[in-house]
Amino acid sequence: MSKPYYDPADLRKFGNITEWSEELGTKFFDYYGKVFEEGALSAREKSLIALAVSHVVQCPYCIDAYTKDGLQRGIAKEEMMEAVHVGAAIKSGATLVHGVQMMNKYEKLSM
Amino acid sequence: MALLKSLAAREDDLSKPANQLKFLSNGIFKEGGLPFFKDKIAQTGNFPLKPKKLEILQLNLGYMCNQVCSHCHVDAGPDRKEIMTIETMQQCLEVIKNTGAHTLDLTGGAPEMNPNFRWFVEEASKAGIKDFIVRSNLTIILANKKYHDLPQFFKKHKVHVASSLPYYKREKTDKQRGSGVFDKSIKALQMLNDVGYAQEGTGLKLDLVYNPSGAFLPTNQAELEQDFKVALKEDFNIDFNSLFAITNLPISRFLEYLIASENYEDYMYSLVEAYNPAAVENVMCTNTISISWDGWLYDCDFNQMLGLKVDSKVQHISDYNEDLLNNRNIIISQHCYGCTAGAGSSCQGAVAE
Repeated sequence: MSKPYYDPADLRKFGNITEWSEELGTKFFDYYGKVFEEGALSAREKSLIALAVSHVVQCPYCIDAYTKDGLQRGIAKEEMMEAVHVGAAIKSGATLVHGVQMMNKYEKLSM
Repeated sequence: MALLKSLAAREDDLSKPANQLKFLSNGIFKEGGLPFFKDKIAQTGNFPLKPKKLEILQLNLGYMCNQVCSHCHVDAGPDRKEIMTIETMQQCLEVIKNTGAHTLDLTGGAPEMNPNFRWFVEEASKAGIKDFIVRSNLTIILANKKYHDLPQFFKKHKVHVASSLPYYKREKTDKQRGSGVFDKSIKALQMLNDVGYAQEGTGLKLDLVYNPSGAFLPTNQAELEQDFKVALKEDFNIDFNSLFAITNLPISRFLEYLIASENYEDYMYSLVEAYNPAAVENVMCTNTISISWDGWLYDCDFNQMLGLKVDSKVQHISDYNEDLLNNRNIIISQHCYGCTAGAGSSCQGAVAE
């Protein structure tokens, strides 16, 4: 059987990236931890944003991590799916808004 | 999904504590992926784990229950016949009269199903214990006519009711505890509110116990409590006092679920990653003695289910001696990671900031 590119167990090893670049790795994890602290946004709101972004950037590790995080926080599956739709809407909107550029170019080139 | 029979009735290998303990010491622990609990607590000088002042006596009145919850660490159910006898109850009463503990905590199974439950509560409530808790699964109140007046009975004896409710929505509750459990639980909570529980000025306490319905840990207890309070008030006009968030320990039926759903390794990694030395300081086995239906003494309810009797000359309620027991070493294994993860977990919820 071929080995998949993504191994769920690799998520546990995320911290190991610090071993090959301690300063940058440590700075990243400090920053990451700080970002998710309670602030102007609640940790719950941040968890849902992270879940939506995880889908948009299609990161399987992040999807696993923030689905579990949501469950732990008591976030309902309906809330999680709505967050994913927000991400999907922005992504499809970002595709479609380029349609204006296509239309502009089309008009410019046409007699 | 909720199950129909206990592990014991199914004669499952995991119904034998020795098999569970073996499983918890092999695999990722034996192969060095994760540290043994003993080594982990030794790092902070907490091994051997010693008791502090005894505060809570927890009595298991029997493993019989009207529910068969899929996560149950007791492996309780209607098919379990282990019930505390009146003779053992009398021995317990002698201990309760003389104990230094301020809290008496009755659990099961469904403790109300013990035929001598009411007699015992009446007698025990005369002992002047400060906090007298009964852990009620709620649905028992509606299970049979003879239980319908339990709210009034609890009120009469100023019992502090602690009730399980895994979520404030139907789906998750019924998945863990069985079909129809949510609606019955809601009705029972309303009945408790109606007689004065969690109502201002009555002094009648009603706490809820939350435990995750799946292979994940509970997070912030205060946030969960707030979510539960808002949702239960808005949807059902229910009041309660506090929410205890309890971590599911990897034993008995929850261990069976973890293995069957291929979540065991990830769950153990989650527990070990969330290990909090501050929680070790206040872990419940340091202030509790757990007494089984047949009078044996344990460091906690989980050790009771794993058959790990206290490491002391005194092992039975008939020889009970608080001073001797306080000198014991607490018995630990890998399941203990469940009580030291995050803010910690005990029958009274989180134990650390």
